[in-house]
Amino acid sequence: MALDTVTTAAAQPDLVQPWQELGLKEDEYARIKEILGRRPTSSELAMYSVMWSEHCSYKSSKVHLKQFGEKAPHSDALLVGIGENAGVVDIGQGYAVTFKIESHNHPSFIEPYQGAATGVGGIVRDILTMGARPIAIMDPLRFGPADAPDTRRVLPGIVAGVGGYGNCLGLPNIGGEVVFDASYAGNPLVNALCVGVMRHEDIKLATAHGTGNLVVLFGAKTGGDGIGGVSVLASETFASGKAAKRPAVQVGDPFAEKVLIECSLEIFAEDLVVGIQDLGGAGLSCATSELASAGSGGMSIQLEKVPLRDPSLSPEEILMSESQERMCAIIEPAKLARFMKICRKWEVTATVIGEVTEGKNLEITFNGELIVDVPPRTVAHDGPVYNRPIAKPAYFATLTPTALPKIESADEIKSELLALISSPNIADKSWVTDQYDRYVQGNSVLSQPEDSGMIRIDESTNLGVAISTDANARWSYLDPYNGAKLALLESCRNIATTGAKPLAVTNCLNFGSPEDPGVMWQFAETVRGLADICLEMGLPVTGGNVSFYNQTGTVAILPTPVIGTLGVIQDVTSRTRMGFPAADLMVMQIGNTSDNFSGSEWAHLHGQMGDSAPTPDVPAEMRLIDLLLEGQPLFESAHDLSDGGLAAALTEATLRNGIGATIALPAQFIPGGVAAGLFAETPGRVLITVHPANAEALSALASKYEIPLHQLGSTGGSDLMINEAAIPLEQLRKAHTETLPRLFG
Amino acid sequence: MATIVVEVMLKPEILDPQGQAVAAALPRLGFTFAKEVRQGKRFEISVDGTPTAEQLADIERAAQTLLSNPVIESFRVKVEG
Amino acid sequence: MRVGVVTFPGSLDDSSALRAIRVAGGIPVPLFHASDDLKEVQAVVLPGGFSYGDYLRCGAISRFAPIMSSIIIAAEHGFPVLGICNGFQILCESHLLPGALTRNQGLHFVCTDQPLIVENNSTPWTSGYTKGDRLVIPIKNGEGSFQASTETLAELESEGRIVLRYTESNPNGSKNDIAGITNARGNVVGVMPHPEQAIESLTGPSEDGLTFFTSILHSMVGR
Repeated sequence: MALDTVTTAAAQPDLVQPWQELGLKEDEYARIKEILGRRPTSSELAMYSVMWSEHCSYKSSKVHLKQFGEKAPHSDALLVGIGENAGVVDIGQGYAVTFKIESHNHPSFIEPYQGAATGVGGIVRDILTMGARPIAIMDPLRFGPADAPDTRRVLPGIVAGVGGYGNCLGLPNIGGEVVFDASYAGNPLVNALCVGVMRHEDIKLATAHGTGNLVVLFGAKTGGDGIGGVSVLASETFASGKAAKRPAVQVGDPFAEKVLIECSLEIFAEDLVVGIQDLGGAGLSCATSELASAGSGGMSIQLEKVPLRDPSLSPEEILMSESQERMCAIIEPAKLARFMKICRKWEVTATVIGEVTEGKNLEITFNGELIVDVPPRTVAHDGPVYNRPIAKPAYFATLTPTALPKIESADEIKSELLALISSPNIADKSWVTDQYDRYVQGNSVLSQPEDSGMIRIDESTNLGVAISTDANARWSYLDPYNGAKLALLESCRNIATTGAKPLAVTNCLNFGSPEDPGVMWQFAETVRGLADICLEMGLPVTGGNVSFYNQTGTVAILPTPVIGTLGVIQDVTSRTRMGFPAADLMVMQIGNTSDNFSGSEWAHLHGQMGDSAPTPDVPAEMRLIDLLLEGQPLFESAHDLSDGGLAAALTEATLRNGIGATIALPAQFIPGGVAAGLFAETPGRVLITVHPANAEALSALASKYEIPLHQLGSTGGSDLMINEAAIPLEQLRKAHTETLPRLFG
Repeated sequence: MATIVVEVMLKPEILDPQGQAVAAALPRLGFTFAKEVRQGKRFEISVDGTPTAEQLADIERAAQTLLSNPVIESFRVKVEG
Repeated sequence: MRVGVVTFPGSLDDSSALRAIRVAGGIPVPLFHASDDLKEVQAVVLPGGFSYGDYLRCGAISRFAPIMSSIIIAAEHGFPVLGICNGFQILCESHLLPGALTRNQGLHFVCTDQPLIVENNSTPWTSGYTKGDRLVIPIKNGEGSFQASTETLAELESEGRIVLRYTESNPNGSKNDIAGITNARGNVVGVMPHPEQAIESLTGPSEDGLTFFTSILHSMVGR
């Protein structure tokens, strides 16, 4: 076997290398040669190619994402910002919370179970890496049409994968979304959010400093997982006859990760690490180059020391392997013995593979031969940056306003409502969420289908956090700038509806190909909208993830910015739930309804998209949040009005505890009539119940915040009664709950 | 090098939902001949050289105590390669 | 009153079980699988989770942990043991309880608020209940279908050793709707539902599970 060393690279400058097969552009390859002053070795080529890929380098999105820094609001809560594995915010009482959302879309299409499982595993390690104990996960999922064959292939596997991995880790799954739309056929979106908690002093960073400190790899052994494209190098560099074809799919071992979590937390508790990084995309290449470049730069690695599950791996493959459940720590030599003892206790393999050096380069040897000698920053951070062309897409010219039926009679109300609440997007999602453990750890205060997930952080003070993820991709399609704002507003409203104060934001931006100027325009508008509203509302963006190339042929998915908002609640026992809790309460709607049906589920049900997203009224939404927080003691229940409008909210609120309601929607008082009252998705609205005795106090509060308040009716009975239409709750329940089991078994 | 194979199956009287799911899927793909499907587990234990009678007796005990649960499963030991 | 909770590699509900003991008024004592030291506890809980990933069979590897050899000997002499979910599976694998827990009939992991009926209140873990009490306690498992031979089932039924039964619906295909059983002596109890996740209405569907933990404390005082 001929090892391609730094010496051979210098001696054979003209060797033809497969840079194109590795996805590099000609100028990128030229740049690598310029940086190194010679051609790269095959190991170096592998490292640069993966680290400079869209996925790792954000080369198409960087120029836009920098707005999050430029427009960042001042925030006392932000302890660690964008750039680390996950942002960290201060929630008071000495606690710090870290949260992040990431996509695992493409792997989940190829192998739904393992793709989704390793998506959960990866985001959990990102949170653990910050020094935090992971405390909950959420998973926004998007699929093609519910009855499409491909959806039947991927959905059960993805749901089982999220559950299989998360349940085995002991992390409550407290929310997320399940959305169906034709644009996701062949492009399912699997986004996973994890939240973790630590004390301020326990925050860990991915940095390697201190000459002589040791680089320790711990966790699972390294196998051929996820090497995929890099196998082209193995087949070119090495003698024929060996297995060159490696699987592109990573396989997850949640038990190994659970043990790794406990082991790492014990190591953190004894303050045994200088810096730490998990191994995810691009494996060791990424971890070593990022650790070194965040430190003083110098690091030497002896690659043959990496424990292998598959002894036939080449050095290039070891560097690229995306085997799961591995971490890389920087440790002072004096603390190694204690570190190793904890690893032995948890039966976790740990190996010293190198050390921090005085130099400026990352040097990797394989059996004594130098195969990588690079300035780590050039690998980790100095990748190419593209300012790709943008152009408003042509589809805007073809958008037409909605033309939807007028709804008046009892029969019309009943049949349209039942059709809507049994449609896959609005139907009850228990078939999915009952496959996830929402109770484990014993701190889940709220979980699906409540407006936000809520976790108790401190049992003695009842401090807690709430998390919600939201996106409305159709609004983003109609108006990506405002669509992003509306997603963030919905997410914040969901937080405030349960009684928590929005504190910080993360995002997962799922788009088509950045090489399509139309997609790039959607992306640019989305980022601009998000950065603007975060500045306006004073919410820091703590990090995020971009997933491009979600498209089939030239058809991209709907632009899907998923926004995750974290909120803080001082006393979780005061949280507000969405279900009507008792009879004889007043049912009220906060906020006005408009007659814009564009992008709504009801319009979708009638095969229409419409032409314009609502224009968000940000100051009004901010006053609404204040109203929700101040009015919380007055509310018996509260539920955000969003997908499916009032019809969906009433269905969910009545079915939660089996308490009916009588609702009057006087057509003449609502623009758009009863149809809008029931089905419009006008933002800035919340459905609440109050004791009649508290109505006056609430009314005064609403006036103070200049927010309209409408009485809709009262709770009680075993029907949902809307004007003259009486729908028995049992009929409502059947319609709402039978759809997903019927589709997916 | 030889491989000792231990095959573990649910006992016939124990419900096998995985086998049933496979049995239900087969006719949907046009394979209509299957009367029943049972799903089991296979362990491959590599040893140097030909396994001795003693080793086989040990594996038998391991299969009884660890690899299978005699309450619901039966097993079979054989040598391959 | 010291009640131990064993942490195996992959245990998940150990912290919740410790909390439940504390909320009930006992002294929770964490125990580690790799030691055979029971630390002078007067009863022990084997918590839920996926010990060793449940890769071979649920509970099959944990059963051989050093702590289990101590527990098995003690249990045979009347020491109270409660196995919850994965703990129930470990007790069956240890042959402290008859039968086995197999893959759910629907093949899915199921997490739901499960209605249950108390069938036996003469064990130290259920003495605070009244026979016939209706409880709502979460279940969350992928392999919770209780299976046993016809003779074993007949024996369990005739000796009144069914502790909890599913009611309204059977979530996993368990024989005779069995959700929990006890040994002949009554000191070892295994249940699939998670009483430790139903001790406060803030975080659980009810407080119905707390009685498991208050029962054991009262039973021990009476000894």
